[in-house]
Amino acid sequence: MEVCGGQTHAILRTGLHQLLPPGLRLIHGPGCPVCVTALATLDAALALARRPEVILCSFGDMLRVPASDGATLLAARSEGADVRVLTTLIQALELARAAPQRQVVLLAVGFETTAPATALLARQALSQAVPNLSLLTAHGRVAAAMDALLQGETPSPLQGFLAAGHVCAVVGTGDLAALVQRHRRPVVVAGFAATDLLRALLACVRQLEAGQARLANAFGRVVRPEGNPAARELLAEVFEVVDQPWRGLGWIPAGGLALRAPYDQLDALRRFPGLALQAGHGGGACGPCTSEPLPAGGGEAQGSPCIAAAVLRGLALPPQCPAFGRLCRPEHPLGAPMVAEEGACAAYHRHGDGRPWARGGDRRP
Amino acid sequence: MSGRIQLADGGGGTAMQRLIEAEIRPLLADPAAPLHDAACLQLPAPPLAGGRLAFTTDGYVVQPLEFAGGDIGGLAVVGTCNDLAMAGARPLALSLALILEEGLELALLRRLLASVARAARACAVAVVTGDTKVVERGKGDGVFVTTSGIGVVEGGGAIDPSAITAGDQLVVSGDLGRHGMAILAARHGLRLQPPLASDCAPLWPLVQALLERGVRPHCLRDLTRGGLAAALQELAVAAAVEMHLQEERIPVLPAVQRAADLLGLDPLHLACEGRLVAVVAPADLAATLAVLEPWGGAWIGTVAPQSWPMDPALCLPPDPAAPLLVLRTRLGSERMLLPPSGELLPRIC
Repeated sequence: MEVCGGQTHAILRTGLHQLLPPGLRLIHGPGCPVCVTALATLDAALALARRPEVILCSFGDMLRVPASDGATLLAARSEGADVRVLTTLIQALELARAAPQRQVVLLAVGFETTAPATALLARQALSQAVPNLSLLTAHGRVAAAMDALLQGETPSPLQGFLAAGHVCAVVGTGDLAALVQRHRRPVVVAGFAATDLLRALLACVRQLEAGQARLANAFGRVVRPEGNPAARELLAEVFEVVDQPWRGLGWIPAGGLALRAPYDQLDALRRFPGLALQAGHGGGACGPCTSEPLPAGGGEAQGSPCIAAAVLRGLALPPQCPAFGRLCRPEHPLGAPMVAEEGACAAYHRHGDGRPWARGGDRRP
Repeated sequence: MSGRIQLADGGGGTAMQRLIEAEIRPLLADPAAPLHDAACLQLPAPPLAGGRLAFTTDGYVVQPLEFAGGDIGGLAVVGTCNDLAMAGARPLALSLALILEEGLELALLRRLLASVARAARACAVAVVTGDTKVVERGKGDGVFVTTSGIGVVEGGGAIDPSAITAGDQLVVSGDLGRHGMAILAARHGLRLQPPLASDCAPLWPLVQALLERGVRPHCLRDLTRGGLAAALQELAVAAAVEMHLQEERIPVLPAVQRAADLLGLDPLHLACEGRLVAVVAPADLAATLAVLEPWGGAWIGTVAPQSWPMDPALCLPPDPAAPLLVLRTRLGSERMLLPPSGELLPRIC
């Protein structure tokens, strides 16, 4: 399994998976932060965006994700909500300073790759006493999700992991070493270019053929075992590790990061007390093995054919889903992996995979 | 006149007359000619016996109004002239309608209008008529521009997608995605190194050179919103064909590719404002390349018949998202190239 959505996307974009020998199959992991952000967090973001005093900012791809009522932040914007796309989080601070009479709320999601930027922003907001900036956070911990995948009730077909290189560049490889110890499966840190992925895949296959299970680093030009000490320090200062629901996977022990004191005073859920997330972040429908089907707009969520949970656990590939490409498309997603571009289903759909086509050769006359 | 546009400047009275006389009349083909409700155009000589005119219109709402390599004024002229050129038409005359937002800086308006004049000269087109309105502050986005253009179809008949057939060859006129990335960089405050400038440029000179060389393009399309993917998708749907592209032949500047990778965007989805794709018969390929390669052009692929039966549940043409573009990747695998579905949004990580 390649864990990160960026890797899934690169594999589909380059068609790498088509070129692998028989017997070697890539399973696509849950590493798309947009896809796995819990519905309750999205619902809270939408509710905040609809308040007239709020400027809701987030990264671009969060804007298309449907919440419980089927609405998206993009749709809310068309109805008059003030929703802004950020490319760097520091822009939120600038927005808050420029509009002192408004409340700027940052919907901050992502794994350990984006969490340091949120932490830096939190530190600056607090030290500069910016009164009108708050954070709605849903930062996930990737190693915890990998662990959860191997602990499900269904036996996992995973024989090895290609770990997310950019996550390891931040947090290092300590958690992965523990994972190898616990589950006896090879874990190879992988980059994002086709050659990086091939190198990691080769390292993983060699271990499997030799009957080994070790932690290896095939992205050494970027990843150090200790990660980025400054970023880790920042994360430890601002966040604490908590159990967290992942859309499609359910509650994951130690699966997320929450603001710790004194940074929790920036928590949007404290700033806007009416917003408390239902039943914690997750909601009752988010059990350990069930998918959390998206509302389909027409009441189709009941009896949805979506197999997102199986896809996220590596038990099925997206084209095996009866809804893939028909009922379920990027503009009308039924399950989490179709929601954002880096989800496995969206990657298959975008690159036309799972469709009946196969050709070859340079057609220049 | 104050340094900013006021509501009165669009009110039809003396303030508006002053604005038009001072700022807009100098743009006209014949600034001395009396203003009237409509422009009368002289048909080109010799008169077109059975000849055809091309007519197009486009609205421009770009933000920021000024960006690296261009601005909304020049874009509104070049974009509409390029649409005419894609029909094989030499641009003849343009209309220019401005919707100005109250409070717009006059200095900015002057810069945009100077850019209109420069672009009209570059396109050899005359601005012959126009309109100016002012909307209340907050009800516009600085400036909206609408241009309509008339052109004379040259070289024996209009060019449209119906002539595209299997076996045709695909040639682009230069590197792709630069305009779109320059705009995104400006809009999102990305400081790219080296900075990227828009590729905004007139396309008629290329079309004219193709026609003079005896090339009869089966179709031409400028690669604006949605980029190469959207343009080819429209053509493939319209002509009921597939298009097979070679990724490594498609010219994209490394700086554009890097920035697109960073934002999680596909350069083939990014707009250009000075690039076209020519669909030509195999016999015309050599002549087409001889004209376009000096501009940075390149062969990128081939038109093929639709090769597998459409699943009616999946995509029944003319589904605008039917998978009709097959991209052969650098690794030698194949994937579909789909047009962008909506707004291009930068990704999280």
